[in-house]
Amino acid sequence: MTDQRFRNAAGGRIDRSRPLTFQFNGRRYDGFGGDTLASALLANGVRLVGRSFKYHRPRGIVAAGSEESNALVQLGTGARTEPNVRATQAEMHDELSAASVNCWPSVEVDVGAINSALAAFLPAGFYYKTFMWPPRAWRFYEWFIRRAAGLGRAPTEPDPDRYEKTYAHCDVAVVGAGPAGLAAALAAGRVGARVILADESSEFGGSLLGEAATIAAAPALDWVAGAMAELAALPEVRLLPRTTVFGYYDHNHLGLIERVTDHLGPRTDTTLPRQRLWKVLARQVVLATGAIERPLVFDDNDRPGVMLASAARTYANRWAVRAGDRAIVVTNNDSAYPAALDLSEAGVNVQAVIDARETPPDAWREPLRVRGIDLAAGRTVAAALGRKRVEGAEVYELAADGSRLIGAARCYDCDLIAVSGGWSPTLHLFSQSGGRPRFDAGIAAFVPGESRQAERSVGAARGTFSLAGCLAEGFAGGAAAALACGFGDGVAPPVPATGDTPAGPLRPLWRVPTAGHGGKAFVDAQNDVTADDVELAAREGYRSVEHLKRYTTTGMGTDQGKTSNVNALAILADLTNATIAEVGTTTFRPPYTPVTYGALAGRSVGDRFDPVRMTGLHQWHEAAGALFEDVGQWKRPWYYPRRGETLHQAVARECGAVRASLGIVDASTLGKIDIQGPDALKLLNLVYTNAWDNLEVGRCRYGLMLKEDGMVFDDGVTARLGPNHYHMTTTTGGAARVMGWLEEWVQCEWLDMRVHFTSTTTHWTVVAIAGPNARRLLAELCPDIDLESAAFPFMAWRDGTVAGIPARVFRVSFSGEQSYEINVPSSCGVALWQVLMTAGAKYDITPYGTETMHVLRAEKGFVIVGQETDGTTTPQDLGMDWIVSKKKTDFIGKRGLTRADCGRADRKQLVGLLPENSKDTLQEGAQIVAEIRPKPPMPMEGHVTSSYWSAALGRPFALALLMGGRARHGQTVAVSSYGTTSWAKVVPPIFWDKEGERLRG
Amino acid sequence: MVEPYLRQSPLDHLSLDARAVGDPGGAGVVAGERRFIAKVSLRGDPADPAFAAGAKTALGFAPPVAPNTVDGKRDRYALWLGPDEWLVVGAPDTQDKTVAALRAALAGCHAAVTDVSEGRTIIRLTGAHARDVIAKGCPIDLHPRAFGPGRCAQSRYARALVILHQLDEAPTFDLHVDRSFADYLWRVIEDASLEYGFAVVAEPVMAALKRRRTPQGQD
Repeated sequence: MTDQRFRNAAGGRIDRSRPLTFQFNGRRYDGFGGDTLASALLANGVRLVGRSFKYHRPRGIVAAGSEESNALVQLGTGARTEPNVRATQAEMHDELSAASVNCWPSVEVDVGAINSALAAFLPAGFYYKTFMWPPRAWRFYEWFIRRAAGLGRAPTEPDPDRYEKTYAHCDVAVVGAGPAGLAAALAAGRVGARVILADESSEFGGSLLGEAATIAAAPALDWVAGAMAELAALPEVRLLPRTTVFGYYDHNHLGLIERVTDHLGPRTDTTLPRQRLWKVLARQVVLATGAIERPLVFDDNDRPGVMLASAARTYANRWAVRAGDRAIVVTNNDSAYPAALDLSEAGVNVQAVIDARETPPDAWREPLRVRGIDLAAGRTVAAALGRKRVEGAEVYELAADGSRLIGAARCYDCDLIAVSGGWSPTLHLFSQSGGRPRFDAGIAAFVPGESRQAERSVGAARGTFSLAGCLAEGFAGGAAAALACGFGDGVAPPVPATGDTPAGPLRPLWRVPTAGHGGKAFVDAQNDVTADDVELAAREGYRSVEHLKRYTTTGMGTDQGKTSNVNALAILADLTNATIAEVGTTTFRPPYTPVTYGALAGRSVGDRFDPVRMTGLHQWHEAAGALFEDVGQWKRPWYYPRRGETLHQAVARECGAVRASLGIVDASTLGKIDIQGPDALKLLNLVYTNAWDNLEVGRCRYGLMLKEDGMVFDDGVTARLGPNHYHMTTTTGGAARVMGWLEEWVQCEWLDMRVHFTSTTTHWTVVAIAGPNARRLLAELCPDIDLESAAFPFMAWRDGTVAGIPARVFRVSFSGEQSYEINVPSSCGVALWQVLMTAGAKYDITPYGTETMHVLRAEKGFVIVGQETDGTTTPQDLGMDWIVSKKKTDFIGKRGLTRADCGRADRKQLVGLLPENSKDTLQEGAQIVAEIRPKPPMPMEGHVTSSYWSAALGRPFALALLMGGRARHGQTVAVSSYGTTSWAKVVPPIFWDKEGERLRG
Repeated sequence: MVEPYLRQSPLDHLSLDARAVGDPGGAGVVAGERRFIAKVSLRGDPADPAFAAGAKTALGFAPPVAPNTVDGKRDRYALWLGPDEWLVVGAPDTQDKTVAALRAALAGCHAAVTDVSEGRTIIRLTGAHARDVIAKGCPIDLHPRAFGPGRCAQSRYARALVILHQLDEAPTFDLHVDRSFADYLWRVIEDASLEYGFAVVAEPVMAALKRRRTPQGQD
């Protein structure tokens, strides 16, 4: 069937000079440039395109735009496959390939259709009711449900396409480029406002693309072309076709997804992205999102061939496709009349217009008669006939109150039932913006209520359906939005004449009474929710529309209830004897149509996912074969394995080198904050627990910071550089946190404190050399500092030069050995490091990483904030009472420490552990338990915070937090981890050089 | 100071000089690193007459008080970063001189002068699509009606904090970035430039490109 026998020889907006071939469910078809997958399928007479979600009923194409609920396809194959694409939005390209979703083995013969026969057992809330008990069985149920339900398949391979993201700003964002949107963009653009005009379709024009309307006595599309040319020439107007505004967030922030190259098919050139996500901040928003036609709810209204009248009309006019051979048009309003005429004009045999109203408008009688189309008033369709496609329709007279059918059916022999149940303004974005829709009984639809953000709706989006009205509101809205941004005078441009026929009132028609032979009347075709389901929910007491939605899942499909929402509410209102206004509507949420994850991720993938912060020495470490550890965003050398070495062997070697001779470590990541001001000393006394008054220039001191609750927050060494000038260091991970903490106190609490903070973390490259030979090496390279301990004692700093580089040298130690931290301008770090390596060769100078650093400090019992502490640890818990001043009148955390809880004897306190088995290195995080039981839970008394093998001790050791631990030195405790138990002796938390002679010497 | 060949800028490991072209041709985005530019953080209260006078004496111009503006001379200028905070930018390796001059002139004031040159570098971007490529990572509106030469802003690019400074209408922008994020920022920008065409230039070409377009303004 490749002859496109439903395609007219002329007309439409397709490019007949660009024939294309495509595949659907493995068969080849022909189409043209400008087609969508849906229009090309219809041109080829393909009506059955998929199976429904729950009952696997055969389904066809219902709509011509993004509101399509049935025709979801799996587009493409392999890594590029995309599930649940609306065939109506899939632009045709050569070699496009698509398949039906939710059917097996094929759309024609689908095993799952058995669900249809079992429908009586699958009522609303079926899953809630059936799969609740026993709780344990859920995993079993889920396995089946996941296979039976669900639509398309996600790709399993990495996405090969490129996705971009960008920010954009404008004065006026116009959503939708139909007549109202184009008019708004023109009005705002002409007076100089920065305008973004976005439309989800490949072409601008909106509804005009599917209608044969006239503007200024010429085809409306001529006016569209003129508007486009004018807009394109305005430098501050950005036109975004193929771009869906999918989200409306706070502060007039819009999310847009532009399908940049989807319509070109898979390409090897990835210079341009497949899609681009726009994050637009607009001062004013004009919503010209149009309206969506409502289907009618009658028996078997989901048969392939039941289509929205506007869609059938659009297929005829835009794509020169006849959606059927023999049609009836069923309506409750005027809009289906021009549709019937256009279908007839396109060559469809339109047998009748069936109008639910008793007195259809006179204006259309004559045009119908000329075309030989019957008009049946006060009647409606009650059932569709046929299974895999419509084969006929039963039409009845409708009682005046709509409650029942009268008399016998008239059967029409037709393959197309074009329906119109009225129009619902597309309120999704309005609702997302925070606005509450209000029910307008005149058009039996919700319309935008009061605005919550700087937005206005125009045209059909506001319930104004005439072309003249759309243009007038668009011009006025665009001019007003521009004026609100300071452009123009707010006067709308003149509205050109249109060839509208004034529309009469509609007859609301929600649930068409059943024809009585067992058909299903669908409200939400995508989620297979029927009118009976809504009735059942109402009977079971679901009165709130939000509950109804969740219980029946109506409106919860990927189509977000675009066609089903109002029908469901109206049926609920009927059943609960409420007005539709009282029932209200549910809240719409982004996205308007699905957005692929790739676009949300953009280029933040792979090594761009998160910044990798590198010190100035990073390339040296890499060249030396270091393995790296992530510390926040930093990469720090973890250890430097020599050929064949394990972590354990390398760390033992590195530790040994430091203890015996000399090690070198990159300490550049430590946070550094330059503090200046007359109140700097006062500040230090408040943020640290200890006293700082007697610290002289040239000296430095260790300090502990607490939060207000008395718990340890950060630690580090701070040096006094001048009378009012200090250099503070923080932990690597705490640098930004401490900076923010200081600023917060000074900006929010201590407003009169005269002090300034400047982050200098990366200004300095910091190289620490540690070991018995540290001073000897430094002396060789540092002619201008007297390194003797008397002149340059432990916890002092000096300025000088090292290897000819201006340096600030701190005599501090985190290893317990004699140690100097040499700070040089960052650009000189590599030069310094290399000189130290060369000159230090005679001492077998050994680079070491964070693992060795941790072992060395743990042997000394130095804590790491965040490892030995967890936000519930006080200085006393760490055995650091000595650092908490008893004399100071205040410091942050002082009052917190006076809480009775902080003085409990059974608090977890820092202890050392020596495993009884000298080969047994404890697991960090392992629990210390009071009693060993076969399996958890066991009474917990503490946990291991740090645990290593010590080359210096020749045995494993650990640090731990243990309830009442300080009083338990000498006891043996049980340590449980992953089902194994170890025994360890509790000891004081210091294992090396208890007197501190090595680091002071 | 240390011999220049011993020093490494934060992007030296990318060997940008080896990729540099003399003529960027049709590249929509042209980029380079401005190495070793002097950067000094200045804090103080501009309403304090002693501070205002001292800063002006030391710098030769008054630091701007209008938010997010840049003022100064060709080879030394100040970016407004906050009501009491500026970044003084100058020719390579002039930071010691600037620090000394400011400290001397501000002695007795409550002010802070801190050399931050080594902690940051500058990526210069120019070309017809410079604005587009910045818009991909930075939420600030850079439209000529909202931003322009002589304006600066503290923002972010992708996940790195940056200070943006627009120098001319070409447009040319300087992106100040912490040295530890420089590699990430460069790679993200180069990646974002793919659709526009990307060229690397060395500093002399950068300066020449800029002079050709604007005889005045900061360098």
